[in-house]
Amino acid sequence: MARFKHFFRQAWQNAYLALMVMFLYAPIGTMMVLSFNASKSRTQWGGFTLRWYTQMFASRNIVAALQNTLLIAFLSALIATAIGLAASIAINGMKTAPKAILIGVTNIPMLNADIVTGISLMLAFIAFGISLGFQTLLIAHITFNIPYVILSIMPKLKQTNRSAYEAAMDLGAGPVYAFFKIVFPDILPGVLSGFLLAFTMSLDDFIITHFTKGAGINTLSTLIYSEVRRGIRPSMYALSTVIFVTVLLLLIASNFAPRKKEKV
Amino acid sequence: MNRQNFHTGFYRKELLAGPYLVWAAGFIVIPLLLIVYYGLTDRAGAFTLDNIKSILAPEHAKSLWLALALSFASTAICLVLAYPLAMILRKRGVGKGSFIVFLFILPMWMNFLLRTLAWQTLLEKNGVINGILSLLHLPPQSLINTSGAIILGMVYNFLPFMVLPVYNVLCKIDDDTINAARDLGANFTQTLLRIWIPLSVPGIISGITMVFVPALTTFVISNLLGGSKILLIGNVIEQEFTRGSNWHLGAGLSLVLMAFILASMALIAKYDKNGEGSAF
Repeated sequence: MARFKHFFRQAWQNAYLALMVMFLYAPIGTMMVLSFNASKSRTQWGGFTLRWYTQMFASRNIVAALQNTLLIAFLSALIATAIGLAASIAINGMKTAPKAILIGVTNIPMLNADIVTGISLMLAFIAFGISLGFQTLLIAHITFNIPYVILSIMPKLKQTNRSAYEAAMDLGAGPVYAFFKIVFPDILPGVLSGFLLAFTMSLDDFIITHFTKGAGINTLSTLIYSEVRRGIRPSMYALSTVIFVTVLLLLIASNFAPRKKEKV
Repeated sequence: MNRQNFHTGFYRKELLAGPYLVWAAGFIVIPLLLIVYYGLTDRAGAFTLDNIKSILAPEHAKSLWLALALSFASTAICLVLAYPLAMILRKRGVGKGSFIVFLFILPMWMNFLLRTLAWQTLLEKNGVINGILSLLHLPPQSLINTSGAIILGMVYNFLPFMVLPVYNVLCKIDDDTINAARDLGANFTQTLLRIWIPLSVPGIISGITMVFVPALTTFVISNLLGGSKILLIGNVIEQEFTRGSNWHLGAGLSLVLMAFILASMALIAKYDKNGEGSAF
């Protein structure tokens, strides 16, 4: 009886998992299938084609948007990591009150709704007289990226051993030298994951970009939005397939790559 | 380390916050104050509460009410779907790197607009679902441009944001605690109500806010799956800024929206003090 019950429970759980996987992947799978459909119809199979892929890579708009997206993601993640790393070190050494205020401010862009963040930045750029374009996109992305960097670095920084750092200083190392020799190797995983998180957040953002981009510049997200509103184009299916496969490979590489065992 | 050395080190460290302080003041604090300024003034720059009061106008009140109703519904559905899933994942997943957990987090990294486009493709009048129905000689259904379609889009897009924090918290529950409850004769319902749920409150609250806030404020999902007839508060604000260009009204409505966001932040602060339930 107990074995039967166990079997039944196992079967129920498998069914639930399968159902959820179907719910999550069926829509994406449908788009991937349609990206190879020669017919523009969503319901009729007109034969296999790679036409939408060649059309996509030939489209100047899509290639330009892809370049903007990657450039902004890389630059904003890099600058946010630099500012965030410096800020984390400072915050870690602060007294309780200023620390709480700074962490509170850092939480604002993360907890606030993207639409409010986007609008507020747009109002600020106009008030400061910065014309909307590439530069405002970069500033906006750096702004919402910094909190993710700080969030990734702070826990690692708390775990570091202060005595080792002080010992290095006692042995004659300057604070900067001691930091890069002693503390930095310990927090490096946090710095890297902060950078990657910032990069992906920037890649994925639509709402804040929508309000701060100005006319004449597109990222992939804003391009998709305008294309979809004009009526679905099969080249968008091709684009989603390419993006999905890229994301899949990147995540598999970062998640399952053989790595050194963490020190205890 | 001598005292003087300690002090110079200390001050240098404080200086490292400089760039961030300038940045946060310029691009986090001042922008928010600008929303407050715009929301509380009219076009001539005089103080007014009209922008905020306009939430009571029937068309705005209706859009806020609808946004609240749809985001409540989708948050509840996400929780009901995610909790058993997180429990099963906890049992099956061997650590965070396991493939099955990865499977449920992967769609989160797919572009948000493309995920919504996928549902548009399925639900449309000439879409995939109606195509399948006609193959089976069943009458076509009008699925898109309904509240149901918007809820579906919200659940689909935000489900991983509920699964992840709940799963993270469940993983921290000690197996011994659950076994102890079993040994003491508790059945499944009792263990669920007395052990699982109380211990996972931080993750549940974090998941609720991570689904509720973006669902309440979205304009993309309602735009792509709800058509032009269903307006949520996010659509109204977006239109004021991009088309209607009454920024003062848009900012006033944003302030109303922020009241709800602040309420959920307070909720997090109360129930998830140590950030246990954070998703990242």
